[in-house]
Amino acid sequence: MALHAELEAQIDKWRGYVQRRQAISPADVDELEDHLRGQIADRRATGLDDEEAFLVAIKRLGNLDAVSREFAREHSDRLWKQLVLVPEGSGDAGTPPWRELAVVLTLAVGAGVAAKAGLAWLDDGAVLARNLCLLVFPFLAAYFAWKRRLTARVAATLLVPFAALAVVLNVYPFASGGSTEVLATLHAPVVLWLLAGAAYAGGRWRSDSRRMDFVRFTGELAIYYTLLALGGAVLIGLTFAALQIAGTDLRPILEDWILPFAIPGALIIAAWLVEAKQDVVENIAPVLTRVFTPLTIAMLLALLAVFTAVGGLVDTDRDLLILMDAILVLVLCLLLYSISARDPLAPPGLSDALQLVLVVAALAVDAVMLTAMLTRIAEFGFSPNKIAALGLNLLLLVHLVRAAWLTVGFLRGRRPFTALERWQTRYLPVYGAWAAIVVMVFPPVFGFA
Amino acid sequence: MRIDKDLVAASATPLVLGILSEGDLYGYAILKRVSELSGGGMQWTDGMLYPLLHRLERLGYVSSSWGTSEAGRRRKHYAITPAGRDVLADRQEQWTVVADALRQVWQAAQRPPVAAAEGWA
Repeated sequence: MALHAELEAQIDKWRGYVQRRQAISPADVDELEDHLRGQIADRRATGLDDEEAFLVAIKRLGNLDAVSREFAREHSDRLWKQLVLVPEGSGDAGTPPWRELAVVLTLAVGAGVAAKAGLAWLDDGAVLARNLCLLVFPFLAAYFAWKRRLTARVAATLLVPFAALAVVLNVYPFASGGSTEVLATLHAPVVLWLLAGAAYAGGRWRSDSRRMDFVRFTGELAIYYTLLALGGAVLIGLTFAALQIAGTDLRPILEDWILPFAIPGALIIAAWLVEAKQDVVENIAPVLTRVFTPLTIAMLLALLAVFTAVGGLVDTDRDLLILMDAILVLVLCLLLYSISARDPLAPPGLSDALQLVLVVAALAVDAVMLTAMLTRIAEFGFSPNKIAALGLNLLLLVHLVRAAWLTVGFLRGRRPFTALERWQTRYLPVYGAWAAIVVMVFPPVFGFA
Repeated sequence: MRIDKDLVAASATPLVLGILSEGDLYGYAILKRVSELSGGGMQWTDGMLYPLLHRLERLGYVSSSWGTSEAGRRRKHYAITPAGRDVLADRQEQWTVVADALRQVWQAAQRPPVAAAEGWA
């Protein structure tokens, strides 16, 4: 097989090309590939070389547009099936769709009940904030565990860090309103999210492509969640207004029942929607990243310009630094998502150049931030907040520098896009490790202040 | 000789059903058989075979199952169903009538066109 590496690569490329057709399902692509290989083998038997055989076979297969149209005519449902709640079971689907819907609804209600119970029994606001994500996370993980049929060993490896996190968050004697407590509350979801990623990957968390799928999943989840939230808000707002005119106040029910169930429940539903309707969002993702990459560049450049104009980095406000961290994290998410949405085989283009500009702009902002932070630390000394922010900025710096380097390599045709992809996916656990350190190590080191 | 695409389209269904009535086959093998039977005269756009097979499957004339090829890849095999055999028999009758009528026309065309000449006169 190694002899025909070139041919295999060509067939792979062709597969990727055909797969993008909505009307041609993955099973049909398999069937067409089998056909293509049969034709190639026969052509080679008549003395053609690999490339000639491939070309003849492709030509014989016909114009892809016309073939795809013919598939669409026969399978018009495929163009719509993504919009139907319960997809018709394809031949090799493991579980009946209704059972999945039932599982999802049960888990969503369960997440709501857990959140509601937390709200009812945990009076202290800070304790509640620390525990809220711990309460909802198991239901999301349970969905993945069910969906991916996790083995007991994988489930156990996920359960151990989860339990450790839960114990730490509740046993540590945090000083009331202390910064280590706030830091732990903010960083615990990051750890949990990466654990959810491990569950999503079905235990194959070492696989780069599974990690990339999880990045994609995260971005799409954010989109779906926003859509659900918007729809929900409109519904609630209308009901609220109508009932108010009728003389009934919805507020107590809204605060006590609707929101505690809707907010965590929508997370599970959104996760299921992403799983079930991948195709719909796949079409939106590249568009969204293309729209927001230039806009984000403009935002970063504006920020940089303001910083340089204002000067006096030492006086930079602490809140501003936190805000800037949030912006950089957002930029990173955009970068990750646009990399995940890109076809790795496509040649470098304008959007890749823009992406490089984005990374460089983010790097410049990060450098400004680091300088400001180091000056602050030199002047006012260490504090848990400053170390946490400094650590995050250093991680971002390493991530962005390498990403910029690899993007330049890709644009100059020296490296494949997959190198850039792999760097992202390999680096992801570092953030989790750092978040775990902030949650577990910071409080004792800084005396739970 | 290239066969008109309307004719190819019209004959595709009975041809595929007929080939499958000889035994179960997968897509590429069906096309090879078509090519053999027509002495290479009937060249289909290969990709078009699969929407046709899927339509026949939807109509219940053929059934499919996934197996593996000699190389160990996924391969979809098609088999004719009893309903497919009924349709094939029906189509066979239709085509016999058409072929019969055509043969008479060809024979008539080979004779000197006396009647036609008179008609014009």
